[in-house]
Amino acid sequence: MKFLVCISNVPDTTTKISFTPDNKEFNKAGVQFVINPWDEYALTRAIELKEANAGSTVTVLNVGEADTEPNIRKALAIGADDAIRVNAAPQDAFFVAEQIAAVAKDGGYDVILMGKESIDYNGFQVHGMVGELLGIPTVAPAMKLDMAGTTATLEREIEGGKEIVEVSAPFVASCQQPMCEPRIPNMRGIMTARTKPLKVVPAVGDAARTQVAEFALPPKKQGVKLIDAANAGELIKLLRNEAKVI
Amino acid sequence: MSVLVVVECAEGEVKKSSLEVATYGAQVAAMLGTTATAIAVGEATEANLAKLGEQGIAKVLYDAEPRLKDFVNNAYTKLIATAAEQEGAQVLVLANSNIGASVGSRLSVRLKASLATNVVELPKTDGGQFVVKRGAFSGKAFSDVVLSGDRKIIAVKKNSLEAKHDAGKTAEVVAFAAQLADADFADAPKQVVMQEQTGGVLLPEAELVVSGGRGMKGPENWHLIEELAQALHAGTACSKPVSDVDWRPHHEHVGQTGITISPNLYIACGISGAIQHLAGVNSSKVIVVINKDPEAPFFKAADYGIVGDVFDVLPKLTAAVKELN
Repeated sequence: MKFLVCISNVPDTTTKISFTPDNKEFNKAGVQFVINPWDEYALTRAIELKEANAGSTVTVLNVGEADTEPNIRKALAIGADDAIRVNAAPQDAFFVAEQIAAVAKDGGYDVILMGKESIDYNGFQVHGMVGELLGIPTVAPAMKLDMAGTTATLEREIEGGKEIVEVSAPFVASCQQPMCEPRIPNMRGIMTARTKPLKVVPAVGDAARTQVAEFALPPKKQGVKLIDAANAGELIKLLRNEAKVI
Repeated sequence: MSVLVVVECAEGEVKKSSLEVATYGAQVAAMLGTTATAIAVGEATEANLAKLGEQGIAKVLYDAEPRLKDFVNNAYTKLIATAAEQEGAQVLVLANSNIGASVGSRLSVRLKASLATNVVELPKTDGGQFVVKRGAFSGKAFSDVVLSGDRKIIAVKKNSLEAKHDAGKTAEVVAFAAQLADADFADAPKQVVMQEQTGGVLLPEAELVVSGGRGMKGPENWHLIEELAQALHAGTACSKPVSDVDWRPHHEHVGQTGITISPNLYIACGISGAIQHLAGVNSSKVIVVINKDPEAPFFKAADYGIVGDVFDVLPKLTAAVKELN
């Protein structure tokens, strides 16, 4: 089984978000970038399935410029076998999906995994676009993934419950908790990752279909109104009469 | 040219988020000088579909094929694509739900459309551009996105606008057959398992949410959260540490790597307010924080706060709600 795991490079979850003065771009100054937390589920699960199925491989794929390589090496240290970087700044979800589809087609991958969405763009789009470009099934978001031969059994989250879905490889799944416990690299992994192959390929395909015109931060809160704990019931009256939400 | 709205139904009823989507679609149609048609998916009754007229929908297409009752990605995609072609839809509007994201992303490729998810406001169409505002950075920011091309797909974030109810207006319900083949149902679910929701309120659709963190000290104390939620007809949620230690199920985890919600009221009990948690809830309209630590960062993001012990405060709030009702 050949697994392709797509990772994106995102600001650390504790990042305070700010933008350039013209509000056109994210301000990267002083920001630590990490593997998108959702993608860690996809990566760890692929490695677990590889370990359980002799002869399987895990390739990690990132669409990004050279500054994403530390996190690609981190994915290799966690246990991926090799990596591909499509050398381009990700323009929008469709652009990224085109790159993934091209790599997947070229490499003949059986299982294409990614996180549910990236914590910066929050598109939750790439899974379906890749599946449609390749004409294969997509399961999103998947909470559980098991493989028996080329047949996968997945639990797909739906509002208020879950569906049990069976698909045959090749397929795409976007992953989320509680699929697995994401792994962190160990020393041996970090040492071996240095020599694992990382191939850089040029971007393909059409231009992006969407452009960000401007970013904005949410409006600031007015400040908290404190109610005395001894008189807690007063809060309920304020919620009805002042805030008018109950 | 028209606007096509995807309406999700379950157990005969139109989902609340789809009533919002129908309202959004009808308003986009009015902006573009056209009408809004809906395509219904899931189990619906004709009477409930006709009531979509209250949200401004002129016509509802419904395929009564029984295998469409549960979500099937390929079949739903083909059904909606067929409807979009038949109606000459320029704008397709759906909910930013798991179904909406699954089919919306496939449709954007099939229909060669530009796609925006997590959209929080009606589009702006000045100067010949089509611009939508969407949530980004997991609730920490917004972005205005220009959708290019002749066709656009918009997935509207839940609880971003209020559904309109023009009592008495009805939509025409028209039978629709997408000529689906067995192959379109290859990825049909083998089994659908629904979970019991506190008070029957589904968290992603809830207007009011009561949420607990580590300050609740253990799952055995969750009845305090549930009693207040039940009195308010609210959904229940939790912070990441709580779902990580299995005090509560994962689908209740709100935050950067859980679900992001924007209810009218979010009551946080014993949650300190880590930046990752705030990201998931800070688009709530009103935030109440109850915490015994006056320095808890959550108070900075709150509208109302009580510095006190949740075990003392929660029963008082529940009693006050019952008294008010």
